[in-house]
Amino acid sequence: MTHTPDLPSTLSALDRPNSYIGRSVPRPNIARLAQGRGQYVSDIVLPRMAHVAFVRSPYAHARIVMIDATAAKRAIGVIAIVTGAKLAKVISPWVGVLTHLKGIKSAPQHAIAVERACWQGEAVCAVVARTRAEAEDACELVHVKYEELAPVTDAETALDPTTPVIHAELGDNLTFERKHQAGDPDQGFALADAIVETTFRFGRHTGVTNEPRAIVADWNPGEERLTVYQGTQAPHMMQNLFAKHLGLQEHQVRVLTKDVGGSFGIKVHTYADEMATVALSKLLRRPIKFVADRLESFVTDIHARDHRVNARIGVKRDGTITAWEIDDLTGIGPYSVYPRTSGIEANQVVNLVGGPYTCPNYRARARVVFQNKNVMCQYRAVGHPIATSVTEGLVELAAAKIGIDPLELRRRNLIPDDAYPASGPSGIKFEALSHHACLARLDTMMNYAGLRAEQARLRERGVHRGVGFASFIEVTNPSAAFYGVGGARISAQDGATVRLDATGAIFCATGVTEQGQGTEAVIAQCVATAFGVPLERVRVITGDTDNVPYGGGTWASRAAGIGGEAAWQAGKALRQNVLAAAGSILQAEPGTLDIANGVIVDAGTGRERIGLDEVARIVYFRPDTLPPGFQAEMVATRHYVPRAFAFAFTNGVQASHLEVDTDTGFIRLLKHWCIEDCGTVINPQLVDEQIRGGVVQGIGAALLEHCVYDDRGQLTNGTMADYLVPMAPEMPDIEIGHVVTPTADSELGAKGAGEAGTAGASGAIMNAVNDALRPLGAPPITEIPITPDVVLRALGKI
Amino acid sequence: MSDRVDIALTVNGEEVHAAVEPRQNLVDFVREELQLTGSHVGCEHGVCGACTVRVDGVIVRGCLLLAVQCEGCTVETIEGVSDTGEIADLQAAFVARNALQCGFCTPGMLLTAQELLLKASAAPSREEIRAHLSGNYCRCTGYQAIVDAVEEVALARKDGAR
Repeated sequence: MTHTPDLPSTLSALDRPNSYIGRSVPRPNIARLAQGRGQYVSDIVLPRMAHVAFVRSPYAHARIVMIDATAAKRAIGVIAIVTGAKLAKVISPWVGVLTHLKGIKSAPQHAIAVERACWQGEAVCAVVARTRAEAEDACELVHVKYEELAPVTDAETALDPTTPVIHAELGDNLTFERKHQAGDPDQGFALADAIVETTFRFGRHTGVTNEPRAIVADWNPGEERLTVYQGTQAPHMMQNLFAKHLGLQEHQVRVLTKDVGGSFGIKVHTYADEMATVALSKLLRRPIKFVADRLESFVTDIHARDHRVNARIGVKRDGTITAWEIDDLTGIGPYSVYPRTSGIEANQVVNLVGGPYTCPNYRARARVVFQNKNVMCQYRAVGHPIATSVTEGLVELAAAKIGIDPLELRRRNLIPDDAYPASGPSGIKFEALSHHACLARLDTMMNYAGLRAEQARLRERGVHRGVGFASFIEVTNPSAAFYGVGGARISAQDGATVRLDATGAIFCATGVTEQGQGTEAVIAQCVATAFGVPLERVRVITGDTDNVPYGGGTWASRAAGIGGEAAWQAGKALRQNVLAAAGSILQAEPGTLDIANGVIVDAGTGRERIGLDEVARIVYFRPDTLPPGFQAEMVATRHYVPRAFAFAFTNGVQASHLEVDTDTGFIRLLKHWCIEDCGTVINPQLVDEQIRGGVVQGIGAALLEHCVYDDRGQLTNGTMADYLVPMAPEMPDIEIGHVVTPTADSELGAKGAGEAGTAGASGAIMNAVNDALRPLGAPPITEIPITPDVVLRALGKI
Repeated sequence: MSDRVDIALTVNGEEVHAAVEPRQNLVDFVREELQLTGSHVGCEHGVCGACTVRVDGVIVRGCLLLAVQCEGCTVETIEGVSDTGEIADLQAAFVARNALQCGFCTPGMLLTAQELLLKASAAPSREEIRAHLSGNYCRCTGYQAIVDAVEEVALARKDGAR
């Protein structure tokens, strides 16, 4: 078994006695999950709880003429049948716009469709019954008369004057448009010796969390409080939204998030059926449970990507990149998703294209359009796979065109490691990146020269292997620039409260959340190290808006970098408090003392003075023995938000090695490498596993996953038998290396690592496939997923 | 739906008598009637493997078998094999190697891995492990850590048997 080696920090501030920073310690909270003793929302049962199932529109676009629930109301177990119009009296509609995305527009979206359904799968009626099965039985008996309307399905023609406008009051089907120009792209292209121009296409795909979305809402009229058990990444955000749209004060809403069966950005949005569930609880004055089944998940969980990017790169004969140009078009369904909007992904594409390179000449346009398909929104690595595949696809096509090795072309154009702080062509600011160090490390780790020699040898035997690369940047640790400045009440800061209990153990409540990344382990490592106790003495509490500091939750790779720093600072603050108490007990200057391994010691010698349990005993049970006027404070809270940079960009490079069967079009993945730099590595094993999982999600996008719609807006493959996801046999082993460039914005120096794998994997694979097929004269493949069909078409075999 | 059917079976070593709807599948039965929530419902159409349980010693999809079909059977879930200690080494390896993230697939993954280890005469190769786990979907890990953990236990058990 390959164990991840520790990556001990060399930074003095982190170099504490018995430091856990840089150590691959196991997560404290997973033994119970391995025993089947987790508590996911789908497991929760409350007294008087009823279940809701939804009647969903079979049409992509239809007027709801009439709903007849007469027969359904008589069905066994039915408690209530609620239409959109009835529920709209309990919960107000929402509009998914942000003020900093200039010009973005959307229409009011209701919890249950009122008068009109705008995508196949939109809920048009709720059926509440004693059991989910009875609710589904009754759904079958609800008779809905629809008048089918012309669906808008093709993003390419969504803005044509002849195309129907989905929301007439908006005037057209344009959600958002952004144009950007920097440097002198026209002159850049004029100076180029070669220009590569192509169109990249990215299929729609979705998150397929193993546990579907789940929510239990419990309105208690006795105390006028709503308790919501929800698998969400952002409990405080949801608290705000539930309160706002139900007409409650925020303190009347408690959001509890226990175990979450996978998330990846899927569970950070407002879903109409979840809003309907909380409203039904308020309406019916009892707990209501909704767990999406898999078929519902495919037509209601947010979809992602679905971009068409016309792209151009100019390059000189010596390999110097002279200009970039992109025109991005993406269709996002009938509504911009609330509250983060569906404009962010296209905005990210504009921000990130060309980001690793020095060439400043850049022209970009991104248009986001409405269509009658399921909604699209932010999913793991938002925009990054698009921007990286476009940039890196162009780079390798340019390298091939002028006959330069693709790694060499990168060496000549990547921003030098000593040139920071620097900016990308879109104006994004980089504190410190390490593209060249990562590239050099990758070159060695994968034995690039050896692979090329093997490739040539095998080529003679008719074996077609390819190697492809993707240098990437990743947005992590976002400041308020992401959402807060646009008016969304999504916290950019996060807090941690640590408490010494009466036996010397530490409790830490944090605003960041756990969906399997290892948040609780990382927070515990920060607190244990900063304060000075063995890891097993730290208990971490997450996901409870009544009991944790106000915070943003876990998304955009922010939990370790932002939540970790808050926990680190809180641990340090509590150490000072405890040392003050210990000093008064020992009649010593607190500054001469420290805490190591759960014991108060002399700072200089490490000589043990008094146990934490003894300090706690005196403080809590015999405070009468402390000096007059001394009050011990055994709780400390600290908050953190990045201030120096809007985002802590990380960077890295991935490589894919694969073999193409030119008869069947099948692609066999042989190996994948990723070198990444997320700053200080708190837990190397957890970082590596985030990257591996992310890479495999990118592999799914590259080769398998696709939400296939027909021209009437029907999803044609919405089951797990038809929508292919990565399974164990087809996935490669993934080798990971690190370069460490800490951010100076925090003492910990940690940046995020959750999305790096997904950011680069699909681009590296696309480049590797083209590397394999290029000598066969196949035109470049610039669409994903690269199915066998796509390969065989490129080879002219079908 | 009414017309419940009486069934008697053994679940995790305990005799169970219940009246069930004929349409209720096994995983809903163990989760909802017996409160054994360690078996999970991921797709309800036999693809994801989150509902994997053992019936008469063989792993099955709990969503593809009806509870009434288990009359007289011996059913084992993750709670049962955890309490007997049968897979304690696998569980420890999964924890040490971080072979689970969200943990939703893990009970099914462990039971499937245990089946391979019980029937393999020699320690299985990584390819054999991957092939045997081919019906269990994990969105979080990318599978490598799972393969590592199962491989380590396979080798350790073979060493122990020598």
